[in-house]
Amino acid sequence: MSHRARQLRVSSLARVEGEGALRIVVADGHVEEAQLEIYEPPRFFEAFLRGRAYHEAVDITSRICGICPVAYQTSAWNAIEDAWGIAVDGRISALRRLLYCGEWISSHALHIYLLHVPDFLGYPDAVALARDERAIVERGLALKKAGNAILELVGGRAIHPVNPRVGGFHRAPTAAELAPLAERLRRALDGALATVTWVAGFDFPELEVDCELLAVHHPAHYAIEQGEVVTSTRVAFPPRDFLDHITERQVPHSTALHAEMDGRRYVTGPLARYSLNSAQLSPLAREAAAAAGLAETCRNPFRSIVVRAVETVYAIDEALRIIGSYDRPDPPAAETTPRAGLGHGVSEAPRGLLYHRYELDSEGLIRDATIIPPTSQNQAAIEDDLRRMVSANLGLDDATLTTLCERTIRNYDPCISCSTHFLDLTVDRR
Amino acid sequence: MEDEEGVGAGMTSLAVWKFASCDGCQLTLLDCEDELLTLAGQVTIAHFLEASSQVLPGPYDVSLVEGSITTPADAERIREVRAQSGALVTIGACATAGGIQALRNFADVEEFRSVVYARPDYIDTLATSTPIAAHVPVDFELRGCPIDKRQLLEVLSAFLVGRKPDIPDTSVCTECKRRGLTCVMVADGTPCLGPVTHAGCGALCPAVGRGCYGCFGPMTGANLPALTGQLRQLGMEERAVGRVFATFNVTAFDGRARNESPR
Repeated sequence: MSHRARQLRVSSLARVEGEGALRIVVADGHVEEAQLEIYEPPRFFEAFLRGRAYHEAVDITSRICGICPVAYQTSAWNAIEDAWGIAVDGRISALRRLLYCGEWISSHALHIYLLHVPDFLGYPDAVALARDERAIVERGLALKKAGNAILELVGGRAIHPVNPRVGGFHRAPTAAELAPLAERLRRALDGALATVTWVAGFDFPELEVDCELLAVHHPAHYAIEQGEVVTSTRVAFPPRDFLDHITERQVPHSTALHAEMDGRRYVTGPLARYSLNSAQLSPLAREAAAAAGLAETCRNPFRSIVVRAVETVYAIDEALRIIGSYDRPDPPAAETTPRAGLGHGVSEAPRGLLYHRYELDSEGLIRDATIIPPTSQNQAAIEDDLRRMVSANLGLDDATLTTLCERTIRNYDPCISCSTHFLDLTVDRR
Repeated sequence: MEDEEGVGAGMTSLAVWKFASCDGCQLTLLDCEDELLTLAGQVTIAHFLEASSQVLPGPYDVSLVEGSITTPADAERIREVRAQSGALVTIGACATAGGIQALRNFADVEEFRSVVYARPDYIDTLATSTPIAAHVPVDFELRGCPIDKRQLLEVLSAFLVGRKPDIPDTSVCTECKRRGLTCVMVADGTPCLGPVTHAGCGALCPAVGRGCYGCFGPMTGANLPALTGQLRQLGMEERAVGRVFATFNVTAFDGRARNESPR
């Protein structure tokens, strides 16, 4: 039996965003190949952004991902404002952070309840889970709805928000409009805390990512919408140096590109954020993390569901704090005067760091664009996890091992729609 | 479009399919937080990869199709989906018009491919991004980038009971008026695509003082020449006028401009 070659294959991964497949080849008890194949068709955003007006980058890049449009919008305006040296009013920054909290709540609730939990409890989906545990699924849907309520009120729409723009917003909501939102978020906070307790009780396979962790860091708070880039080996650099450290490489089995930092593998996303920034969580979120058994760092990808639950508590807590001290920005946006320049922007999409770079001409038209989404940065690490999980579990039958492999991928909440079709600075080392 | 009544009527099974897209329109179904479990109680959600690892075999009474056709393999796959579906409903600008990725139709796709990828030979793509209806018959098209949640529920409710969906083919202006919003173009001189854009969003942009940017594509009988004249009058330069129509529904606006322009 030990000489038998085994091949595991899932041609269409379920409960992930976008289209991917899985291929594992084992021969003589050794994992020869472990590939997360991304076959999502290319959409060429970086190519057609050329020649577009700067303000269109916010609306156009939003369309890369329906799950994390605010991440795309934020990294886009961060890059353009960097190019022009615009520092927005603190009140505008707060409103942007509130908007982004909405996306974290909504995306995390979606991943926890609808995509990830079925793995831990052995259901094909949340609808099947609801037949046994309707109240629990309803709690998850209510959380997701609370996140969407922020996106709708502040962003004007939950998917592809219309209100944000370079410089700020078209219209800032009034304090009176935000008040009912706070009511809803206070109720959602109970649901989020219950979620942490619930997922902390799941069984987690043993696995530890041993590579570098990379996340945005901000001196004032748990980084979401802006900051510098830091790593677990204490490398720190501003967004403008991102491409000096991060290189992407194309592989034949994927329409996404694999990323490396200074030639090394790394991981971005909840584990990295939590491990690098957990001291900056709010007291309530830190308490919830401690009660859930999380130490100050967490390197087990299967526990990422607990980290997402803690981050959901934090995002609601933070949204309430922002609403509580809300001072309506007037005007709602900073002045923008187009000129030639080069800018870089990063932010923490729910699934990890998202980098944008724009080169603009004197009229504010985009001459060149580079976008590096989190899932392509994580693809190599996902494949490494797959290799290790298969090696450690060769005794399992094909069906069980395949399920374990799918779970290993879902730990990263991969957004395959995002990860495909990017970049022009590729180094091909074949 | 064919007669919607009867096709897929009394829906008991629903399938959701994805082609080239951002996932936002199928996410809209999951965003129906209050209705999702009720819907799942009334129909079998038989194929919905984003939400379930359980895939039941067809045929399916109703298929919701998101995304556009951009690869030879997808051109084949949509035929298989059509063959297994009672009614096929396209959701969103990618599926109904080719989406933002259809900007390639007006450019050199070889150049696009080499801009994005160092080894373009690994990438299998068509020179165009085309709507689903360019490949197979479609029973109902739901517009939007993304689609509107209430409109999606209206379409699903209609198929549940076998009636025609009530999706008005009017302009965003009518929604603006119904909300009692001040016209951003008349009052503020803000360029707005509302007069030519298909209703459905609920006039979201004018509600925040912004001009409509055409997420739902052109309405039937859209008077593009009149609006482009107005946009120029508001001071938009020629290239900017071209760009506002060249977004998520670029092929639909382009087709409308060719067919209906007096020039």
